[in-house]
Amino acid sequence: MKTFKLVSAFSVLAFSTLMMTSVTAASIPEDRIDTLRQAPINVEPNPPAMQAVLNKDIKEMRNYPMQPPVIPHKIDGYQLDLKVNKCMSCHARHRTGDSQAPMVSVTHYMDRDNNFLAELSPRRYFCTQCHVPQLDAKLLVENDFVDMDHLIKANTEQNKH
Amino acid sequence: MLDKLKKIWQVLNRPSVHYSLGFLTLGGFVAGVIFWGGFNTALEATNKEAFCIGCHEMENNVYQELQSTIHFTNRSGVRATCPDCHVPHNWTDKIARKMQASKEVWGKVFGTINTREKFENKRRELAEHEWARLKANDSLECRNCHNFTYMDFTRQSPRAAQMHSTSLASGEKTCIDCHKGIAHHLPDMAGVEGF
Repeated sequence: MKTFKLVSAFSVLAFSTLMMTSVTAASIPEDRIDTLRQAPINVEPNPPAMQAVLNKDIKEMRNYPMQPPVIPHKIDGYQLDLKVNKCMSCHARHRTGDSQAPMVSVTHYMDRDNNFLAELSPRRYFCTQCHVPQLDAKLLVENDFVDMDHLIKANTEQNKH
Repeated sequence: MLDKLKKIWQVLNRPSVHYSLGFLTLGGFVAGVIFWGGFNTALEATNKEAFCIGCHEMENNVYQELQSTIHFTNRSGVRATCPDCHVPHNWTDKIARKMQASKEVWGKVFGTINTREKFENKRRELAEHEWARLKANDSLECRNCHNFTYMDFTRQSPRAAQMHSTSLASGEKTCIDCHKGIAHHLPDMAGVEGF
């Protein structure tokens, strides 16, 4: 009984803390919430002009080693469903000779226990879950991401002094 | 039977008794124009998209799939209709294809693809017929609009230019070898070359 009281006291404390944080969350100024909408909620804004997809076939550098490479070409109308994976008609191992496209990495043939499968692993089948084409567009929100190479370089230079 | 044929031959062989030569030649000419014109008009009527999608099998399946592709809607508003790709434009080939299409009338009457499930089960077979036809005529229906001679490789993406200036230029490949499923959804492609 004593422990029960203790637990309830704790939960009351936890609940009140939660309430306080949600109060602070609600106090974020309105002009900082609808940054992507840029129009009152009851007004249908004019959509921005559609951008053309980059189609230059030149590899984009990855921003960090584990980044899924972005697609440097158009994929309009490429069928990607249970029947067909159009991407694999160039990027599968046995197609790269003809297509000269980069082969999907071997990790795509591994299941979650690291066993190699003969076919593309079902969890890696839908390419566009991770790989996407690019637009030459301005960032919608500010991004202060710093490449780790820059961090390492800055660090070594700091240590020198 | 033989007697009947002989009688018909005698009638045809004898000069006309009641009608003048002028009436018969001119009348024959006019009747010919009417019949020929009528035949071609009927033929053209069956060569329209409205005719093709008059059947729900075509309207609910393949026509819906076409609508999101570049052959249906695009920046310049030029579009391909069903017969542009599926019926040869040359007259003799067109007649040959129209005769083959009697099989499709059979299919319509007996409902071989009258549900979505039946159509999906037949999709691979139907697609293979079209691939075989386009492979055999060197993708003639593509080339009716997309003329290789006037392709400007510098206006194509590097990838497309590379493929078109090698395999297509040498005649080793034809359009349909790579451009399958550009206007309709693909069936299960297991075992198809290039997939």
